[in-house]
Amino acid sequence: MVSEQPEERLVADVLVIGGGPAGAWAAWSAASHGARTVLADKGYLGTSGATAPGGTGFLYVEPDKEKREKAVADRLKSGGYLSEEPWIYRLMEQAYLNIQLVEQWGYRFPLDENGNLYKAHMQGPEYMELMRRVVKKAGVTILDQHPALELLTDEHGVGGARGVNRLSGKSWEVRAHSVILATGGCAFLSKGLGCNVQTGDGQLMAAELGVEMSGMEFSRQYATTAAFGTVTRNRVLGFASFYDEAGNVIHEGGPRQDHFFAVHLHKGPVYAMLTHGNTPEKQAIIRASTPLWFVPFDRAGIDPFTQKFPIKMRYEGTIRGTGGIRLVGDYCSTTVPGLFAAGDAASREKTAGARSGGGAYNASWAIASGTWSGKGAAEHALAHGKSANHRDLRPAGRYGLRHTAESAEPIPVREVVKAVQNEMFPLGINYFRSEPIIAASLERLHKQWPLVRGSVDSSATARVQARETAAMVINARWMYSAALIRKETRGMHTMTEYPELDEAMSSRLLLSGIGDIRHRWEDVPRRYGSITPAVVVKERQSV
Amino acid sequence: MIELVSEDRCIQCGLCVKVCPTNVFDTNEDGLPVIARQEDCQTCYMCEAYCPVDALFVAHHADEKVAVTEQDLIDRDLLGSWRAIIGFGSRGKVSMAANDTTPILRQARSGIARGE
Repeated sequence: MVSEQPEERLVADVLVIGGGPAGAWAAWSAASHGARTVLADKGYLGTSGATAPGGTGFLYVEPDKEKREKAVADRLKSGGYLSEEPWIYRLMEQAYLNIQLVEQWGYRFPLDENGNLYKAHMQGPEYMELMRRVVKKAGVTILDQHPALELLTDEHGVGGARGVNRLSGKSWEVRAHSVILATGGCAFLSKGLGCNVQTGDGQLMAAELGVEMSGMEFSRQYATTAAFGTVTRNRVLGFASFYDEAGNVIHEGGPRQDHFFAVHLHKGPVYAMLTHGNTPEKQAIIRASTPLWFVPFDRAGIDPFTQKFPIKMRYEGTIRGTGGIRLVGDYCSTTVPGLFAAGDAASREKTAGARSGGGAYNASWAIASGTWSGKGAAEHALAHGKSANHRDLRPAGRYGLRHTAESAEPIPVREVVKAVQNEMFPLGINYFRSEPIIAASLERLHKQWPLVRGSVDSSATARVQARETAAMVINARWMYSAALIRKETRGMHTMTEYPELDEAMSSRLLLSGIGDIRHRWEDVPRRYGSITPAVVVKERQSV
Repeated sequence: MIELVSEDRCIQCGLCVKVCPTNVFDTNEDGLPVIARQEDCQTCYMCEAYCPVDALFVAHHADEKVAVTEQDLIDRDLLGSWRAIIGFGSRGKVSMAANDTTPILRQARSGIARGE
């Protein structure tokens, strides 16, 4: 089938794909650097992504030499020595500067006990509602409910993307010399809070242009929720005691041992109760810090301070892992001219190394990588004399699309997704990683791959879900391929047969290819004392 | 998952259809949003947060249907309860951000390690 001519067409300098925080910062930055910018999101800029529904901590370190030196040293170690000192300094400075802008724009930071503004945490709904206004005011054209399905390319590199408007069913095309992939990580529709938009689409689009993935083995990440719920905010569970099926106490609160949740949930049901929220004052503080956590409890009629509730772990994949699209330049460029990546779609190894360390590093990375990619993308696009409308571009998608189907048999979307989830979610496979178990699982995943070459119905929903399915299968295959190659334990990646860190593997693991997956190792650049300065955008008025 | 669109309250503004990150709603011939793909709901509560007339209800369960009646939700003060906490629509009178107790959360945590 030939690809259809799109019904909605736009030409810009920079196209940002994705409307979570990284996409919002990227679009703001590109527009602030003089580029005509379009942002296309699968959902809605303001609600999409893992940040919007809940609260998020930030890596926020005052410009104090000692504090920052300590933060860098801590991260180099916890990141398994795969991060780069100059990038960590740069991340801290960029996040610090941009969070001051967020304050100027009107985000209402709370006061700490000394009466100072506390800027290391934001509530997602208000943060992202503000960012939508900021992006609009910067002059960006926002296309909500416009999932991208494939990139456009020619011999000069990337030149835009095509997708479908989910509300009208019409196809769209945006031509632009620069494209920023800010589509998030991949969590395989696990229903971790806000995670279902992120199905690894950007990683597939990048790989179809020959871009490598880096660090896909660093994807062994789960978060704990009430068994019935989606709200993944472990800090509330810091106030809990935990019980087994028979009601025996297995933990009374305070610091938990490594792997506590996984070890006990692998054995059987685990229940929690917030026994340390034992005064009305404490309960009020806990509630107001993380209000959404309590919403499902109030609706279910359960008082988590006095009643036990079952818990489970929801998989977060590369949303809170650190693997993704390999970056090569200071402004988040890739090996394809004009193609940039930001946020969780990109590998975060340069700053976080082999372990995310929770929301803070990733949330600040979204701010910083968005800002950097926006500048890089704007400068790349504005260096062209003519608009991208003059280029002889062709669609680059090869899998899970109507026009690339190789058989008349429809892609069995629900079955393939379920099959992938059955390999990626179980603690016995993905958490307690062991060579023979991962190898057998990878074989089963490879068998799913031919199914995504099937036909796709013409509805917008079918087109989007078929492409998401292809993206999830390839992301799963990358994750387990990488896990088997890294025969050691480092950061969040563990392997039962190789329980120690192996100095010889203090390198990044790069994967390429989609049908056949190949790998090579890349040395971690050691550049001391040359820090690329932060991007400063002068903003005065509030939004 | 999303369980209720109140036809009584809905003003057919279309915002829920536009803001749902996972495209759960369709609009029917009468202009009303309908829950077309409930299984795609990720239980993120964002549609409720944006509904200007508190016409939507997302139940607590992420994977199973929960039977609800509009009158019961009204009686239990649950319609619009999430939007009220965030402060959307309050013209700045309420702000979840401004009320964020994260900076003093460690005060509440003190004593846990000592078993208090």
